[in-house]
Amino acid sequence: MPLIEARKVTRILPGIVPTTLVQGVDLTVGENEFVAITGPSGSGKSSLLYLLGLLDLPTTGEVLIRGRDTSHMDEEERAFTRLSMLGFVFQFHFLLPEFTILDNVTLPMRALGRYPAGAMKTRASELLDVLGLGDHMNKRPDQLSGGQRQRVAVARALANEPAIILADEPTGSLDSKASEQVFAVLRDIVDKQGKTVVAVTHDLGLAERMDRHVELLDGRIVGDEQHQINAMT
Amino acid sequence: MNLILDIAWTHVRSRVRQTGFAVAGVATGVGFSIMMASLMHGSQNDFTERLINTLPHITVTDERRKPPPQPAEQLFASAEIHGLTPEARRPGIKNPLATMAALESWLPGGIAPSVKVQAIIRYANHDVSTTVTGIDPRRESSVSELPKQMRGATLNALYRATNAIVLGDRLSEKIGARIGANITLQTSQGARITAQVVGFFHTGVRQQDESSAYVLTKTGQILAQQTGLINELRIRLPNALKSREVATRVERDTGYKSVSWDEAYEDLLSTFIIRNIIMYAVVGAILLVASFGTYNIISTITHEKARDIAIMKSLGFSEFTVRSIFVVEALIIGFAGALVGFVLGYLLCRALGTVRITNPFLDSDRLPLTYTYVHYALAGLVALVSSIAAGYQPARKAARVHPVEIIRGAT
Repeated sequence: MPLIEARKVTRILPGIVPTTLVQGVDLTVGENEFVAITGPSGSGKSSLLYLLGLLDLPTTGEVLIRGRDTSHMDEEERAFTRLSMLGFVFQFHFLLPEFTILDNVTLPMRALGRYPAGAMKTRASELLDVLGLGDHMNKRPDQLSGGQRQRVAVARALANEPAIILADEPTGSLDSKASEQVFAVLRDIVDKQGKTVVAVTHDLGLAERMDRHVELLDGRIVGDEQHQINAMT
Repeated sequence: MNLILDIAWTHVRSRVRQTGFAVAGVATGVGFSIMMASLMHGSQNDFTERLINTLPHITVTDERRKPPPQPAEQLFASAEIHGLTPEARRPGIKNPLATMAALESWLPGGIAPSVKVQAIIRYANHDVSTTVTGIDPRRESSVSELPKQMRGATLNALYRATNAIVLGDRLSEKIGARIGANITLQTSQGARITAQVVGFFHTGVRQQDESSAYVLTKTGQILAQQTGLINELRIRLPNALKSREVATRVERDTGYKSVSWDEAYEDLLSTFIIRNIIMYAVVGAILLVASFGTYNIISTITHEKARDIAIMKSLGFSEFTVRSIFVVEALIIGFAGALVGFVLGYLLCRALGTVRITNPFLDSDRLPLTYTYVHYALAGLVALVSSIAAGYQPARKAARVHPVEIIRGAT
């Protein structure tokens, strides 16, 4: 069973002149995939990601998560699905500035309430350790570099052990060194943790290094190819 | 700490100045509400206590609420008789001792017979209309505070002279009579006696102190020119608030007009209702203005935190959770404001209690204040409710934020 499936998904923004963001997209993403979505600006990459992540509702078509149609879910149910099954990483880290790094990572766990209080801190610490941020747990976001913040955002996305990480330009605001670090982290999530990552990116170089490359143009999929990537490289 | 409370607390804590102003607004509202309620309630209690202490709780007089029906009206239902002079009756309560004994069998409290006569006091070219009440000093303490209100002598001084009299202190001042002075009492029926002033009393109710005097029952009966006359039974209850209920039963049992203290001053007491409405309206207005401050701060926080709200929603926080965060923030402001307001209110009351006032109509030179937890609980409750109401609208708006719009805007 695919993890996420988009069936004839169309998203039209209403207005005096309606704008079509995504048109008739069919896309299936399975377990342990590393998918890049690329395309020129305005091609509907982020819109598609938001639809797959239940942040937005399709005008027509369906999005299925683990085979379950989400179009009939109410807002609370969609929120719970996001919290328990999906992890988000955005172009900007979007960490809560008043909270420490550790608090930011534990937030989704506290909202879900799946882990006991002690286990939440332990898990958050482990995640931050793995991402090389073990020494920064009690710092606030503004005390970290851009790359570090983005890695914290990845740790937060992983907090509730979601099956899928949806990343919207995760390296878009980073320099090349930090971009490499974040990419390496996402690669590890797929290779070592067996999770699925769907990432929107402008960087074709990065996209080529992912397992699958989906290309969008004017809201439609115009390319979908698998890459043979040697995990060791 | 609970997640909602943790985020809410972090938000308000990170905006010390804005939160401080909002808390100060609520605190001012609560503080002044408490002070106002304390003063209004205090003055009302003070007035009521003085009425209760001055007057018998129930006065049974020899009058009837309705004139007795004519014999023909009793016999024939359709008979209606006009223009008749009511039958002349001998004044006084019939068989007063038997009536008292019957009442004492069930009445909680004291009962005392008395004779009330309207007379003119003449002394040193002063003629003052006075209500003279003939009493039994030994029973008086069971029906009134008069023994405690005596000045310069005890009530037993009435036994010292043949026709002894105690005057209200304002009355004695008005006519210039001192202890030992012989004054003349004259009634409209032509009775005239000379009485010796043996003491004064002070009730604190100007009307009483200026136009009342007490003599022995026997002296009162001489003045009324009717031996054995008792035209008033005065009753005092352990619980003055039950007076109206007991008065109704007394009237039903005896047939005589029985008036409770609150009925006697019904018009005056009804003004307290209007006064209380005004007070609650003003208190409500103060707290409403304070709640605008809370609305303002919560609106500001939700506006500033639009991005955080979007990210929380994208992470999977429900609308209920997001809404609750901002309602809890309003509650924190309301709660902190109420606590500070309690202290402020108490200090304002204490400060008000130290203000000296000189008023010829008041005995005390301090403002009467009532301290009760009810004022605090009420003001606190209104503050919390108005804070929730003020915070709910911006919280609801925040919870409905569409995360994609904010995230797109931020990127």
